[in-house]
Amino acid sequence: MSFLTYLINGISLGSVYAIIALGYTMVYGIAKMLNFAHGDVIMIGCYVVFTVVSTLSLPTWLGMILAIVLCTALGITIEAIAYRPLRQAKSSLAVLITAIGVSYLLQNVALLIFGANTKSFSSVVNIEPIKLFASTGNAGLTVTGETVVTISACIVIMVLLTLFVNKTRAGQAMLAVSEDNGAAQLMGINVNATISLTFAIGSALAAVAGMLLCSSYPALTPYTGSMPGIKAFVAAVFGGIGSIPGAFIGGILLGIIEILSKAYISSQLSDAIVFLVLIIVLLLKPTGILGRKIQEKV
Amino acid sequence: MKEFMTRNKDNIITYGIVIVAFVIMQSLISAHAVSSLMTGLMVPLCAYVILAVSLNVTVGILGELSLGHAGFMCVGAFTSAFFSKLTVNVITIGWLRFTLAILIGFVCAGLIGFLIGMPVLRLKGDYLAIVTLAFGEIIKNVINVLYIGRDSNGLHFSTKDALALNMEETGEIIVNGAQGITGTPKNSNFAIGIVLILITLFIVLNLIKSRDGRAIMAIRDNVIAAESVGVNITKYKLLAFSISAALAGVAGVLYSHNISSLMATPKNFGYNMSIMILVFVVLGGIGNIRGSIISAVVLTLLPEMLRGLSNYRMLIYAIVLIAMMLFSWAPKAQDLRARLTGMLPKFGKKKTIAEGGTDNGNE
Repeated sequence: MSFLTYLINGISLGSVYAIIALGYTMVYGIAKMLNFAHGDVIMIGCYVVFTVVSTLSLPTWLGMILAIVLCTALGITIEAIAYRPLRQAKSSLAVLITAIGVSYLLQNVALLIFGANTKSFSSVVNIEPIKLFASTGNAGLTVTGETVVTISACIVIMVLLTLFVNKTRAGQAMLAVSEDNGAAQLMGINVNATISLTFAIGSALAAVAGMLLCSSYPALTPYTGSMPGIKAFVAAVFGGIGSIPGAFIGGILLGIIEILSKAYISSQLSDAIVFLVLIIVLLLKPTGILGRKIQEKV
Repeated sequence: MKEFMTRNKDNIITYGIVIVAFVIMQSLISAHAVSSLMTGLMVPLCAYVILAVSLNVTVGILGELSLGHAGFMCVGAFTSAFFSKLTVNVITIGWLRFTLAILIGFVCAGLIGFLIGMPVLRLKGDYLAIVTLAFGEIIKNVINVLYIGRDSNGLHFSTKDALALNMEETGEIIVNGAQGITGTPKNSNFAIGIVLILITLFIVLNLIKSRDGRAIMAIRDNVIAAESVGVNITKYKLLAFSISAALAGVAGVLYSHNISSLMATPKNFGYNMSIMILVFVVLGGIGNIRGSIISAVVLTLLPEMLRGLSNYRMLIYAIVLIAMMLFSWAPKAQDLRARLTGMLPKFGKKKTIAEGGTDNGNE
């Protein structure tokens, strides 16, 4: 039974990675940039929920909505101020470094406001654990409410996002901009608005992912978002960066590998194993599992 | 001689800046004009300068993004500290042991760079970046679970804990897992740091001017064109990557022989460190060696100078970083600067036409 428990925990953690990775992959697909500050938007979302629910004692749903709204606004603002001016810069490294600067900025703002102490995040999920296969003399399998909500949230988000991208005009505009920025502009698509929209969706997803992550792992510090951010980036690359189903598959696989290697191999080496699997995948399939091969023109 | 001077004028200025900075700093230290905190920062500062210059070989000269540079520094730091700890009673001449330690750090980091580079340099752009980041993290994690001890039977290895080494009572633990290596002889000092910077500069600047360097830059500018004129892509990519890694190893040696307890924490050898080195390189101008030195010095000293602002200093650091990037790279800001320099009479104008907006080094 313990294997199944680990597997479910892995899928749960993987679902969080998948939701974060969706934000990464959409932004990469459309703006061709690695948004290093994405992980810190997660952390900001968690602090908003923490402030509203634990400090101000207001209802949880209000905290969740506020966190999503604020993170969306934050994402749009960051893009407009820090990334947009550098979109036509000569080196793509310039915007990467600016993203790192934004990441430092968000971490230090959180550090100044909330201090370096670890805050205990109270779960936003209020569902009784579910017992499976329980019979007399057999404890069975207990699945926490957080796990159920995380996995279902991930599936719902995944389906909605796929529908949005493929069925709506705004989604089609996103596809067009990620395919060819210049041609999309000639077809009358507002490129700036489309990129803003992508950042808005990505940041809103980050807020959701943050709440789910902190509900399962309640320690909240200004650096909470940075490692999950890097892991989600790995997940996005793993599945093929720029691809929405790829981010989903990459995230889930990464979560499972991490939890299983923690359980069966070594808890200290679990990160190393995750990264090793990534390297092997990339060496066999250089653009990730679902990545497209880009033809090089002379 | 005169011809040599004119041909290498640029490089000589770079060496000169380093030496003059050393002389000024050293005399300020002897006059006790700088705080002890600042004095203590001098050796790490030298290590950062070497790291920035060496990463510039990968990012600026080879044109590939690496986010795992701290991993190579980590290899250099640990192999050399291990060597020094092992031979501290065998080789009693300090400078000889330290020279050997530097060579060991250089070779080991270069070798790891070579081994990692062989498979991963086939990847491109952001994929290469994430794989180098992954390797950096793997190196750090592996060192954190490594236990090495020594007794009269020789060396013992384990990846579990210190007890699993099965040593005699008199045995000595050299590498103690996450606690790392303690009691490395303190051989580094500011002057040695400066000498190592000069050697690094000598290697890198000569590489750029050599036939090999031109081949590497040809790969950066256009892989297909370079390949079609017969440049061996794999060989030169590996050459640049290994040299870059080996020099990062030297920085690691300098770093590890300056502190009493060497641990592989996320702060000193994690991806954050790699990113910080990348910030030095990009801010100093990609491919611009002198720029790397200056930005490494400024960005290392900046948080110390802002220490009076206590909690706000990292916040200001972040804002300064964003503002500097926007100012130096945004096309609009570049136009504005070009127009401003154009408005200046005479000497400004010619420069603007000649350099256009490309005064930030090459891509």
